[in-house]
Amino acid sequence: MSVAANVFYLLIFPGALFIVTFAFAAQYVDRKLYAKLQNRVGPPPIQPVADFLKLLSKQSVVPDNARREIFAWAPLFGLAGVLTAALYLPIWGDEAVFAFQGDLVVVLFLLALPSFALFFGGWYSGNPFSRVGTLRTLTQLFGYEVPFFLACLAPALATGTWETSAILQELGTEPWYLPLLVIAFVVSLLSLLAKLERVPFDAPEAETELASGTLAEYSGRKLALLKLTKDVELVVGALLVVTLFLGGPYPLHGLADGIAGDALGFVAVLIKALVVIMLLTVVRSVVARLRIEQTFAVFYRWLVGAAIAQAALVLAVAAVVGNPF
Amino acid sequence: MTDETIVPIGPQHPALKEPANFMLTVKGEEIVDADLTLSYNHRGIERAAEDRDYLQDIYLLERVCGICSHSHSSAFVQGVEELAGIEVPARARYIRTLVGELERLHSHLLWLGVGGHEMGFDTLWHYAWRDRELVLDSLEELSGNRVNYAINTIGGVREDLSDEQAELILENVAQVRERAEYYRDVVPEEETVRLRAEGVGPLSKADAEKQCAVGPTARASGVATDVRKEDPYAAYDELDFEIVVDDRGDLLGRILVRLDELIQAADLCTQAIENMPEGDLRGVERPSHTLSNMIEEGEVVSRYEAPRGELIHYIRSDGSPNPARVKVRAPTLANWPSVVQGLKNSYLADAPMIVAGIDPCISCTARIGVEMNAVGGVSGAPEGIENLDDLSDYAKEWYARRGDQPKRGDA
Repeated sequence: MSVAANVFYLLIFPGALFIVTFAFAAQYVDRKLYAKLQNRVGPPPIQPVADFLKLLSKQSVVPDNARREIFAWAPLFGLAGVLTAALYLPIWGDEAVFAFQGDLVVVLFLLALPSFALFFGGWYSGNPFSRVGTLRTLTQLFGYEVPFFLACLAPALATGTWETSAILQELGTEPWYLPLLVIAFVVSLLSLLAKLERVPFDAPEAETELASGTLAEYSGRKLALLKLTKDVELVVGALLVVTLFLGGPYPLHGLADGIAGDALGFVAVLIKALVVIMLLTVVRSVVARLRIEQTFAVFYRWLVGAAIAQAALVLAVAAVVGNPF
Repeated sequence: MTDETIVPIGPQHPALKEPANFMLTVKGEEIVDADLTLSYNHRGIERAAEDRDYLQDIYLLERVCGICSHSHSSAFVQGVEELAGIEVPARARYIRTLVGELERLHSHLLWLGVGGHEMGFDTLWHYAWRDRELVLDSLEELSGNRVNYAINTIGGVREDLSDEQAELILENVAQVRERAEYYRDVVPEEETVRLRAEGVGPLSKADAEKQCAVGPTARASGVATDVRKEDPYAAYDELDFEIVVDDRGDLLGRILVRLDELIQAADLCTQAIENMPEGDLRGVERPSHTLSNMIEEGEVVSRYEAPRGELIHYIRSDGSPNPARVKVRAPTLANWPSVVQGLKNSYLADAPMIVAGIDPCISCTARIGVEMNAVGGVSGAPEGIENLDDLSDYAKEWYARRGDQPKRGDA
């Protein structure tokens, strides 16, 4: 691969520019649907970009008692993590631009980075609300990461590979297998909600309790980056779910050869990702916020068990009818 | 985490719509101590009332609260009518009842929305506030105003209810009743709401009585108290209704009591319109602006069941056109002790909801500075304060000691 191609992948497609654009589009869909469900009008399509630019232009205050370096660098750290994760997900065609055996673990790791960025940024911002918020962020992290990993493990276990693109290709050719992964799909969606700190799992940044917790001291471009990180995390998380459980670019990808097939597949990925995002929006509009210990109970009492049951199901199917892959 | 963090809720905080301050000492997620400071927004309304005559005071006191404005003006005019010995005609009493119940509808719907928002259930908030618009439209149709209806005057009411208005209000109220029934069925069934509300901010019946809780807060703890039954005013003794009581004693109980009261208030509106007799709107012949001159010397305590509970107005007359003293005891003041008690040993996450659970009207309550702590005592109250002059001297001394107040003539 040439240097020019790599730069294109990193900065334009499927890297930063595409993902950020898609993140703004996703934020619009999320907000508009949320508004419609609540009987409101909702924002115009350009609103997410306008909000971002406005925040960029605002003063970015660093509190006196904050640890300046950590406070300032944390937002970039998280954003870099989720943008990198996108490179390992197949978006154009059925193969990611970078792929190697074990990249699924890397993606899961990179997706956890924003939570750590939030933790460090919040903890060192010297604000009691942020302090309580970061404690909750970390507590919640231990709650959802285990079921999330277990859920993402199920398709890897079925296909016998740790490479995201390979998992997709295997599952794409045997789409009848996907309904068997529905438990893992649901668990991963709920874990994603917790990862994104959205209702009902938004205790870490509960506005009415903690005045947005970790973010309380952030302003200006640092806040803009943190908010952008959330949006990027949303689309990357949705793309991961689409890749692992919804067959990514299939079946449209197989309809034509060459560029046309890839383009059709790309459309399929976008549509599926938006459907996942809309599902997440519907969930957050019909429930109330759980307390942190209730969130924890939901994950350890139900979702870990469900994810393990899913792994057992995959193994049982392989033992009884033979592994199709 | 073993060390304690002090989390300041307020005076400026997204959960509070008005200024109050809770210093919560938290250990991890648990609140181990709570201190409450009120009265950031003292407006001197009681003093201002002494500078105006009785008629002007109606409009001043109506502005104590934006939500229960009719409660304050009703409590005041009922007291003044008692002092002056004026009999209010039946039709006026029914119109007052109608406005009072419409006000209860919109107040409870507003609370339902705020409660939903506090627990992160924003959809409930937007739904409740949309339905509240129907009530506000009805009030506007009847009185011309959405908030301060200015319907009361000494001896009666200022606006009549026409047949078309009655029809429109009946229609709106029926719709609101339908929505209230929907919330009554759905809200307690929603699992996340139940998880957040059940067992939160517990208040036993004995504690509710001991701490003199009023209104829905007391009724949710099984105390059947309601001024509309105990000391009927307006047309309540001629209407058919029961006191809504729930013995859960927690936040879920407070939600359910208010939802049931929504349905009941809608029924009372319908009853008031359907049973409304024909007749005069005012019980006196004299022009309104001369009425202030006919108030005899005396004093009166006037009680009213506001949406948040028992509201008390004390009025003392020295025979002049201006009242010698007006004292307002807003229902929220009676409910604060239960909040401070409920906060202790609860989760930090529940703090905003425990506060919101009594539907606090913070600025309306701001009469004097009150500080409470979780032990239940009033802290900072100095020794040897016996009367108003002592308190006034103490205040001067206190400000002098603080030393950051501009001296008179500094400007």
